[in-house]
Amino acid sequence: MAAASVELRRALARVERRRALGGFLLALPLVAFLVVFFLLPILGMLARAVDNHELASVMPKSAEALRNWQGIGPPPEEIVSLFVAELKEAYRRREVAIVAQRLNREQAGWRNLILSTARRLPDDAKGSWLATLIELDPAWAEPAIWAGLRRAAQPWTDIFLLAALDLARDEFDSIVRAPAEQAIYLDVLARTFWISALVTLLCLILGYPLAYLLASLPERWANPLLIVVLLPFWTSLLVRTAAWIVLLQREGVINDFLIRIGLVSEPLPLVFNRAGVLIAMTHVLLPFMVLPLYSVMRAIPLSLTRAALSLGASPLVAFCRVYLPLSMPGVAAGCLLVFILAVGYYITPALVGGAADQMISYFVAFFTLQTANWGMGAALATVLLAVTLILYWIYSRLVGIERLRLG
Amino acid sequence: MLSSGPFARACLWGYGLLVLAFLILPILVIVPLSFSSGAFLHFPLPGLSLRWYARLIEHEPWRLTLKNSVIVGAVATALATVLGTLAALGLARARFPAKGLIMALVLAPMIVPAVILATGAYFFYRPLGLANSLLGLALAHAVLGAPFVVVTVSATLGALDPSLVRAAQSLGAPPWLAFRKVTLPIIAPGVISGALFAFVTSFDEVVVALFLTGPAQRTLPRQMFDGIREEINPEILAAATILIVLAVALLITAELLRRRSVRLRGLSP
Repeated sequence: MAAASVELRRALARVERRRALGGFLLALPLVAFLVVFFLLPILGMLARAVDNHELASVMPKSAEALRNWQGIGPPPEEIVSLFVAELKEAYRRREVAIVAQRLNREQAGWRNLILSTARRLPDDAKGSWLATLIELDPAWAEPAIWAGLRRAAQPWTDIFLLAALDLARDEFDSIVRAPAEQAIYLDVLARTFWISALVTLLCLILGYPLAYLLASLPERWANPLLIVVLLPFWTSLLVRTAAWIVLLQREGVINDFLIRIGLVSEPLPLVFNRAGVLIAMTHVLLPFMVLPLYSVMRAIPLSLTRAALSLGASPLVAFCRVYLPLSMPGVAAGCLLVFILAVGYYITPALVGGAADQMISYFVAFFTLQTANWGMGAALATVLLAVTLILYWIYSRLVGIERLRLG
Repeated sequence: MLSSGPFARACLWGYGLLVLAFLILPILVIVPLSFSSGAFLHFPLPGLSLRWYARLIEHEPWRLTLKNSVIVGAVATALATVLGTLAALGLARARFPAKGLIMALVLAPMIVPAVILATGAYFFYRPLGLANSLLGLALAHAVLGAPFVVVTVSATLGALDPSLVRAAQSLGAPPWLAFRKVTLPIIAPGVISGALFAFVTSFDEVVVALFLTGPAQRTLPRQMFDGIREEINPEILAAATILIVLAVALLITAELLRRRSVRLRGLSP
């Protein structure tokens, strides 16, 4: 009897294992696809954020010497002469611009220092090579440039990630605040969060009563109204953004109307500024608030609020003490979802915002596509990714990823 | 229900209808403007005409971009649907180690900002010869579309009564036949609406397209993005109107499928 039951349990475990293996094998093609075309590109991007190969690829011997040198101020003559020799060689091969470009990322202005030095280097040293360099440009006497060269010689760099947080390294390699004219990214990050938070709040203010109304209707009525919520959701993002420009621009439909009825005499600035961004993003993201709210509210039994009312609670008290707490999972899901999506927005602010309304995604695209400063683009993308993953993790804890639905 | 007084109820209705109007009116306002006979985006319209639609057909860039978008959308949808459906079937089948991690990976493309995938793809696809190619864009779009398929198929699978499949198997149907004759018809609405969603995602995607396409691979959204950036004219609104009609058609299809799936599962219609 006992033997049979052990046998049976074993057979059952075998079947379970086979089912689990089958399930895993079915999921495998998609997982493999995502690893290759989603995960690896993102990991590659992360590597770009710390990539530092330029100096070592153009001036390999100096890079190695600088890596091994530990000192402050100009290095010993043999490193300097190695550096000069390879700088001349790089100039001859027309690769000096790569080094100049890389050093300029350490400090603005060093591009010119490298380029003009390389151009004017004499064939023979006057005294030492260091003295020759200093004669060409006194900056070579400063410890800063040599510390910068040493940082550029390392296999990895953190300057882009530091710069993304408004930090930099000084001549002693310690972390300091970036100079004011370059310290703009914390502002961008704060602006990204601020706009996202405002949009989330606006979506909640508009979405909660609507979801409440829809949830209180019989399905026969709620379904057609839900279609109105879903239509913007299926409509192209570009179409919706274009619609808002048509409505809000200076000679747009809304200003036309306001002037015609005499409410204002001058067109209001409604678009290509912060107001335009908030309006358009709220419109785009509102369905993501309404749908999770609606599905949670639908499941709240009417009898609970009725019980509160019958026990003498005023409608307001019944709402605040019974309904509101029960709807909180929907509020959390909707707010987190809208916030997560808003943080990564690029297209809408790019089209309806002004220069001061661009969010972090815009700068990722700007550095990658326009200035080819790939390290900076990748570093800002890394910050954005970190923010998103933290929010995604909070969402999975609070709401559960199996409830993640955008449709 | 709660707002017991008729006044409170009326306020709620009024507010709700205003929010619905906020959602839908901006989209609808485009439609009449696209039929304007004038070049300015003003009401009242100077007259009605189809001239902007004619321009759309005559202008070469629109035709090329539409063709590119359809090709990319079709390839991306096919890939996302096949891979997504298989994965949903696998994930629904049994518990296995790392399932939570796999689920998080599968759903991540919905959450991770497009610009991150775009930046990654920009560097990663180039050495593979996939930059400035429709195939590269289609692969990235399949990444974005697959989670939608997994979600919609999982939803229909969750409602699938496992005893139906077991019944088929106990009557001698081999697994493949049971899948084809029992499981597939029941999950078909989920598969199709997932596919529709994947197609819409690709057909509307512009961030990755900005990073991965050259002039020859320009897609419709990219063309619209540049147009909107320069200056909105009725020609763009005509294209937008066509996209709105497409969205309505797809939405209705998806809604009908959803009702059909509810009916098939024997729940109340």
